[in-house]
Amino acid sequence: MLIRRPDPIAGGEITDERVYQNRRRFLETMGLATLGLAAPGSLWAGGPPRALQSDELTPLEDVLSYNNFYEFGTGKDDPAKNAHTLRTRPWTVDVEGEVHEPRTFGIEDLWQRFTPEERVYRLRCVEAWSMVIPWLGLPLRDLLSAVRPTSHARYVEFTTLLDPEQMPGQRRGILPWPYVEALRLDEAMHPLTILALGLYGKALPNQNGAPVRLVVPWKYGFKSIKSIVRIRLVREQPTTTWNAAAPREYGLYANVNPMVDHPRWTQARERRIGELRKRPTLMFNGYADQVASLYAGMDLRRNY
Amino acid sequence: MTPGAFVRRVARPLVWVGAAVPGTWLLLDALTGGLGANPVETVTHRTGLTALTLLALSLSVRPTRDLLRFGALMPLRRTLGLAAYTYAVVHVLTYGVDQTYLSGLGVSPAAIVEDVRERPYVTMGFLAFVLLTPLAVTSTSGWVKRLGATRWRWLHRLVYLAAPLAVVHFLWLVKADLLLPGWFALAVAVLLGYRAVVRRRRTPTASSRLIL
Repeated sequence: MLIRRPDPIAGGEITDERVYQNRRRFLETMGLATLGLAAPGSLWAGGPPRALQSDELTPLEDVLSYNNFYEFGTGKDDPAKNAHTLRTRPWTVDVEGEVHEPRTFGIEDLWQRFTPEERVYRLRCVEAWSMVIPWLGLPLRDLLSAVRPTSHARYVEFTTLLDPEQMPGQRRGILPWPYVEALRLDEAMHPLTILALGLYGKALPNQNGAPVRLVVPWKYGFKSIKSIVRIRLVREQPTTTWNAAAPREYGLYANVNPMVDHPRWTQARERRIGELRKRPTLMFNGYADQVASLYAGMDLRRNY
Repeated sequence: MTPGAFVRRVARPLVWVGAAVPGTWLLLDALTGGLGANPVETVTHRTGLTALTLLALSLSVRPTRDLLRFGALMPLRRTLGLAAYTYAVVHVLTYGVDQTYLSGLGVSPAAIVEDVRERPYVTMGFLAFVLLTPLAVTSTSGWVKRLGATRWRWLHRLVYLAAPLAVVHFLWLVKADLLLPGWFALAVAVLLGYRAVVRRRRTPTASSRLIL
């Protein structure tokens, strides 16, 4: 049996954060310089080529202080203030339902068995702001393959920890707790979909959904459920939290789509955190090449 | 010191200073980079919240006067109302810049008109602001004379419309947590309800004598 052993030293311990940032900036500059050489062609097309709208990493400080995590309060700065009460060790994730080998994974199992890799993704919130975050995560499909879904599995349902002691926001019925989200099985098996265990080279901070959260980069942020304790494969479409709370505003799909407005604000533009001027929102958050085929033939206006 | 002099020389300056605190605080935060990850949102939310708070306080002057039987308090109503309007102006300007220049649309009244028409919570907020504007303009003693006390009073009853609209604006913009806008709704409902009750009890002549 082949056991992949993780590197005993976490990435974050080797590379200083500033060096890490500088290296990215260098790579970006090189990338832009190369684009510059190729630019004459794209200039003819009119307007700046899309790639020139830079996707610099959002400063860690902002990633840590501007969060929607209602289990710790509804203000953007509440999670950073309140999430210290969350205990992330020991932590287990039950993977169950329509699978041949239901299993409970300890959080250490996830780190060791699946060797998290870095993924830099745009995160687009349904509130029309966005960030760019270097996640550390494992493709969800690797975990699902390990438990072998049955042929009846059609949806994957995720559940956040329910514990008002640790999560003070759950003492008020703002939303029906616990938070539940769901994906279609093919969305869950898509290579872009990850279970994140860390960001910026280190284990996830509590306010970002420690110790394990979902990240689905082409969907609005509320789909990327935090602090997951259960993953259940099911036959029928699950009831998800925001969809149940306000069905007109939050669909099951919640794919980023500049053409379909939220009933109360436009989704055509977004503010990248750290920038003042808004930028156009991209279809599927810029991942259309990889994911548009999942929705071929679907009316995305109805299935928002 | 007569009660009138006390209000003019002590209470009113204090109210002005108090009303300036949230703005000063905001300015200091802006200068020291303390507005957080989303500064435009912070400015919009904080000026809106302050405007609504001051508006509710201005509506509480009359009940307070009745409760304390302290008629000289009434000028504070104007002070609080004007302070509220000042914050509302900054709130609306921030929104306007955000919707046009910061959205890459240049100076485009059309973009604002569309947003105001299409988004009910913006419509409500905009209406509240529009209704408060003539009240701010006619807040001087000169305007009271020019309009005559009766007409002036009728005009300024627009605040009974503007305040609930501002609360609805707040209620409709939050995503799930109705606690804070709920408190404002309760406060404004009590303050306006008080007037309805008092009005029914008093004879018309008595009530008109008490207004200014």
